[in-house]
Amino acid sequence: MPLGELGQVWVYLSASPLLWLSVTLLAYLLAFTLYRKAGDNPLLNPVALAVALLIVILLATGTPYATYFEGAQFVHFLLGPATVALAVPLYRQLGRLRRLWLPVAVAVVVGVTVAALSAVAIAALLGGSVETQLSLAPKSVTAPVAMGIAEKLGGLPSLTAVLVVATGILGAVTGTRLLSWCGVRDDAVRGIAMGVTSHGIGTARAFQVSPAMGAFSGLGMALSAFATALLVPWLVRLLGVSG
Amino acid sequence: MLAGITLLLCYQLVGEVLVAALGLPLPGPVLGMLLLLVTLVLRRSTSARVEGPAEGLLGHLSLLFVPAGVGVMVHAQRLGGEWLPILVALVASTLLTLLAVALTMRLMVRLMRIEEGDDAAG
Repeated sequence: MPLGELGQVWVYLSASPLLWLSVTLLAYLLAFTLYRKAGDNPLLNPVALAVALLIVILLATGTPYATYFEGAQFVHFLLGPATVALAVPLYRQLGRLRRLWLPVAVAVVVGVTVAALSAVAIAALLGGSVETQLSLAPKSVTAPVAMGIAEKLGGLPSLTAVLVVATGILGAVTGTRLLSWCGVRDDAVRGIAMGVTSHGIGTARAFQVSPAMGAFSGLGMALSAFATALLVPWLVRLLGVSG
Repeated sequence: MLAGITLLLCYQLVGEVLVAALGLPLPGPVLGMLLLLVTLVLRRSTSARVEGPAEGLLGHLSLLFVPAGVGVMVHAQRLGGEWLPILVALVASTLLTLLAVALTMRLMVRLMRIEEGDDAAG
């Protein structure tokens, strides 16, 4: 095929959501295959690998993020129904949840407080800008909630989305090892810790360890969404950070 | 398959509408999840119709975060300028939060002497 025609095909494809939707799925499938081949090694986190691969492709083709997102938004949209779907595994753990509700509630409030205060305080001590501090405050909670809170606080919602994904990857990479190393073996405790710290990405990792850990991680993520929405604006005011 | 997906979307829709109408401080999908959980508790069972799509979506939950993650390229400049506070805050805060949650919950379980058995049979 002559180069001119190939160029026309590129012009057509790059204007349609099909291309970047397909490339997103292919990049993830490749990343997930690598992760599986490495025996579910958390260091080869599939989100991190897929994101790195996609950024290389976008930079190499000179494609702006906005163009990419026109295709990728269909995947992004599924975060909503996937959150609703967490009710199913949660229902299956209802017996344990009934016994554990008080420890879960206390752990979630402690976790949300530690997550927000430690991130803001450390960034402030190391000279991070106020916008960065405010964007960091809701980083442990699922993306749509975190972005809404960042906006209210005076942070940058799109920066928060990136920090949320990074926190998710960090928790998924370190969580199971750190908790085992500290002698925490109960799936319910491990799951709540993953969900409160690393929202959906931690929950995805937890489901790969066991269905019970995944269900409790989903619960931790949902409860911390409530607790963060209620507590974090107040905690940030307490620290005296304002945008 | 279709019925299950429609159900999940409708619960999300009801969640979004209620959040907007009542000015609640939480996202629509989270309220949708709670409403679906209440429905399942009242029905005393899940159905295969909703289980299929739910497992399909949750089986590759990490895929759904990829588009937001790629957004890191938009913030390259800020991340380059403030890499140290951001990196240290993210890593330290993530490890501290994991430990704070796990140790608090374990302490509470021991204090309350809750019998822990894995009854994930249902």
